[in-house]
Amino acid sequence: MPPSDTPENTTAPGVEGGSAEDKLIVFDQVVKRFGDLTVLDHLDFSVAPGERVTLIGPSGSGKTTILRLLMTLEKITEGHIWIDGEPFSHMPRGSGLVPASESYLRQKRKRIGMVFQQFNLFPNMTVRKNIMEAPVHVLGLSRDEASERAQELLDLVGLGDKIDAHPTQLSGGQQQRVAIARALAMRPEILLLDEVTSALDPELVAGVLDVLREVAETTDITMLCVTHEMGFARDVSHRVLMFDKGQIAEEGHPDQIFGDPREERTKSFLKSVLENGH
Amino acid sequence: MEFLIEQWPRFLEGAWLTIQLTLGGIVLAFVLAMFFGILGTVNHWLPRAAATVYVEVFRGIAALVVMYWLIYALPVATGFQLEDLFAAILALGLNVGAYGAEVVRSSINAVPKAQVEATVSLNMSWPQRMRLVVLPQAWAQMLPTFGNLVVELMKATAVVYLVSLHDLSWVADDLRRLSGETIPVFLVAFALYYLIAQALIFGVRLLERRANHKLGRTPPSGGGLIGLLRPPAVGAKVGVAK
Repeated sequence: MPPSDTPENTTAPGVEGGSAEDKLIVFDQVVKRFGDLTVLDHLDFSVAPGERVTLIGPSGSGKTTILRLLMTLEKITEGHIWIDGEPFSHMPRGSGLVPASESYLRQKRKRIGMVFQQFNLFPNMTVRKNIMEAPVHVLGLSRDEASERAQELLDLVGLGDKIDAHPTQLSGGQQQRVAIARALAMRPEILLLDEVTSALDPELVAGVLDVLREVAETTDITMLCVTHEMGFARDVSHRVLMFDKGQIAEEGHPDQIFGDPREERTKSFLKSVLENGH
Repeated sequence: MEFLIEQWPRFLEGAWLTIQLTLGGIVLAFVLAMFFGILGTVNHWLPRAAATVYVEVFRGIAALVVMYWLIYALPVATGFQLEDLFAAILALGLNVGAYGAEVVRSSINAVPKAQVEATVSLNMSWPQRMRLVVLPQAWAQMLPTFGNLVVELMKATAVVYLVSLHDLSWVADDLRRLSGETIPVFLVAFALYYLIAQALIFGVRLLERRANHKLGRTPPSGGGLIGLLRPPAVGAKVGVAK
């Protein structure tokens, strides 16, 4: 068994001087490789409950992989991820940790929701069903309760009149707002946003970002957001992490990162993003 | 002509047996295709191996040979005699089910990975994922090939003539031998097989249209019933807003 699967204890480490107790998400020496390519290289970072963190950096720097590891869409190569002080990527067995089974992951990932770049709405369902099927079948809500909640969430994202529409009848921006409503219907404590405006026409971006601003202002959901929308990142984030080559190149308050970046890599990345019109 | 009118009930009896064989074969082939097709997508070697064995064995053996085994060899080996009609349905279902299982497996694998990832993000279990998202989307993909398979199955029923079941082919040949009216007899057989095939194609197109409509690909009632005589346009979207 590899050393990473048998840590000496099964409690979460404190990161950045904080104790494990005040951290909701902890990445502990996380390595992710795809074949010979190392995407995340012994990554350590943590996120506090209710914190909104934006991950920025060039393509291939590992931002999206972090979200996919948290959503259990990828398996960790080395290291551990902890949620709320409990092992997440691994599960306790005997005195050590072993890679988490599917049933363990199902227990743990119910606290996490994700919105994808390409929306990923189910084309075989109406908007209503897209939002209510998982709450009914996974959370055990009654159909009436789930339908009522779907209507409330659609009102929140400004699409209350589209509840019986089919996803193909909606614009990209509308589909993405439905996808946000669908993720929120599962009442996640952690919301992962993976370049949610990248696939949209420019005129549709603002509507989606307004919805996310509203969610950020009116809920205490912990948010991890990968985006190239620097204005949005500045408005809603508590902290910005700049990634490069699978490691954190720089991190800080949005005002510092966008106003006074210290690392050369951050400066050149922000310059290239601004030149591309974001 | 008088001869054909006189013998019409015999044609209908033969056609009815052909229809029974076809429908029985379709039901069995569908169940086997879904079961082994889904098994072939499971992320564990044992169910996948079971699916491969079934597909390779029954795809590689002629339905007629399976039928001979079930009707002639099985009683010798076990002392157990299957009813001829049941044995014929079993042989046809096992044979076409093997082709169908490959259609089901490839259609499930063709559902975009992003759809599966969305079900994971909603914490759906494997059965929920399959039932609510993957199979309804794969279904639309399966239907055009299923349409071909049901027609192939219907035509394959003609081999039961060789185990002396009195299907449409047997009746036509018997009437030819009795009367010598070769051309009229086979024209009627031709027309009846064609009508059964058209009814099957019509049914599958109806299912195909419904499945595509559920995926938002075609208008709910475009083309009318006549439209069902041609394949639905795949990928045609309706009312896409900006």
